[in-house]
Amino acid sequence: MRTENQKAWFFVLPVLGLVAFNALVPMMTVVNYSVQETFGNNQFFWEGLGWFEQILRSDRFQAALGRQFLFTLLILLIEVPLGIIVALSMPRKGFWVPVCLVLMALPMLIPWNVVGSMWNIFTLPKIGLLGYFLNDVLGINYDMTQQPLSAWITVVIMDVWHWTSLVVLLCYAGLVSIPDAYYQAAKIDGASPWSVFRYIQLPKMKTVLTIAVLLRFMDSFNIYTEPFVLTGGGPGNSTTLLSIDLVKIALGQFDLGPAAAMSLIYFAITLLVSWVFYTLMTKDDAQ
Amino acid sequence: MKKRSLIPILYIAFLMLPIYWLVAMSFKTTNEILSGFSLFPQTFTLENYITIFTDPTWYWGYINSIAYVTINTVLSVCVALPAAYAFSRYRFLGDKQLFFWLLTNRMAPAAVFALPFFQLYSSIGLFDTYLAVALAHTLFNVPLAVWILEGFMRGIPKELDETAYVDGYSFPRFFVTIFLPNIKAGVGVAAFFCFMFSWVEMLLAKTLTAVEAKPIAAVMTRTASSAGYELGLLAAAGTLTIIPGAIVIWFVRNYIARGFAMGRV
Repeated sequence: MRTENQKAWFFVLPVLGLVAFNALVPMMTVVNYSVQETFGNNQFFWEGLGWFEQILRSDRFQAALGRQFLFTLLILLIEVPLGIIVALSMPRKGFWVPVCLVLMALPMLIPWNVVGSMWNIFTLPKIGLLGYFLNDVLGINYDMTQQPLSAWITVVIMDVWHWTSLVVLLCYAGLVSIPDAYYQAAKIDGASPWSVFRYIQLPKMKTVLTIAVLLRFMDSFNIYTEPFVLTGGGPGNSTTLLSIDLVKIALGQFDLGPAAAMSLIYFAITLLVSWVFYTLMTKDDAQ
Repeated sequence: MKKRSLIPILYIAFLMLPIYWLVAMSFKTTNEILSGFSLFPQTFTLENYITIFTDPTWYWGYINSIAYVTINTVLSVCVALPAAYAFSRYRFLGDKQLFFWLLTNRMAPAAVFALPFFQLYSSIGLFDTYLAVALAHTLFNVPLAVWILEGFMRGIPKELDETAYVDGYSFPRFFVTIFLPNIKAGVGVAAFFCFMFSWVEMLLAKTLTAVEAKPIAAVMTRTASSAGYELGLLAAAGTLTIIPGAIVIWFVRNYIARGFAMGRV
């Protein structure tokens, strides 16, 4: 068991200093902006909670938030089951295991803007492999820059391509930790593949699945670079997710007050949903 | 058994298709790209790569990126090691709250911090340096490194520490000569993750640099917009950004599965 020792704080100090410097100072800047109005020249006027009210009531924010939730929900619904299926069908040992793992991890190590560019090149009509295949071979009218639906499908598939491997690798880690004796016992009992999954594999994957869902939720909710490079939020505003909208307001229009208020609301939603997820998924362990 | 291995094969094929297209594109001439569809490069050319390796703006982009990623990785792992040790071995006032607060920084959207970071690092005179990007990236890498290392350290029995103290080891000597070799897999995995997230993050890296420390991503976007439709060049630059990641992942291949579970299986 861990022993009580207040001197342990000294070990934590470097981390605390570094993260506090990076988190608290910018966070205070954001809080500062969120309650003030500025007309330039470094003159600020007290605005109170006005920006928060304005943001929460604006159609633009609500639309972006709706798109963001839809996006996150879609990718979780695809990536988690797909990740589990791929992990279950992977070989447990042998020459191919490291090869599979390295190939699967590869998309995650590509810079995010390159992921966007890569999918842009891949889906261009006439020129891109997918664009050519859909338009000229299958005869489906597909153009990501013109049709909102095509853009949405492309952004979702890009994320599935980019991040499903995280779920696969996490689940796989859970699966390889199951001792062979469990499977042998299940075989003797004549258990069906479904009950092996339900009563042996799924419980063993629970911890890692919690991590997977949490990480995928946080990262997909904060996604910016890939869809921005791929679609720029368009056509129209159809793929303008929360971060893209936020950067448009903050760096594009330089509306610091509303942008700061929106940042805080955004951060609060991420924290709240993560916390709810975490409590729900770890509730059984606590009891 | 045969049928089952079909799923990973199909999945990997799906992953490889866009990458193949990027690589194939990088060996094509601009003319060939624009003139229509071809599955393989017809006129195989190294022109795009030669441009990148002879133009300082291009190759300095890579050097800059590698520089701040390296600084960030070393810094993150070094400060995370003692903290993870404290979290895994001791209870102290506010430890749980502190751990959770560290993790919340992993949840903050980078877009939220872009502007304040720009102002913060400008005001302390670090704007457009490697150190600025490396420090900014510690925001999400240090919590992650602490999390991973703590998971690995919890797996080391406490008796190891106690035996070392009985044998007369001082704490620093014990930590470096006995404890570190025991968790070297964890250190490798933590370093890998820090490298990965610093290498792929672009929004902050672009916001905090202008000329001197400009990352490869910024070079790519600026070139893409100024030179018009040079898809071949863009594809070659993109292909080159995959290589460092591929090399690093090959080194940790045997720890990947456990590493992704943050030592918590």
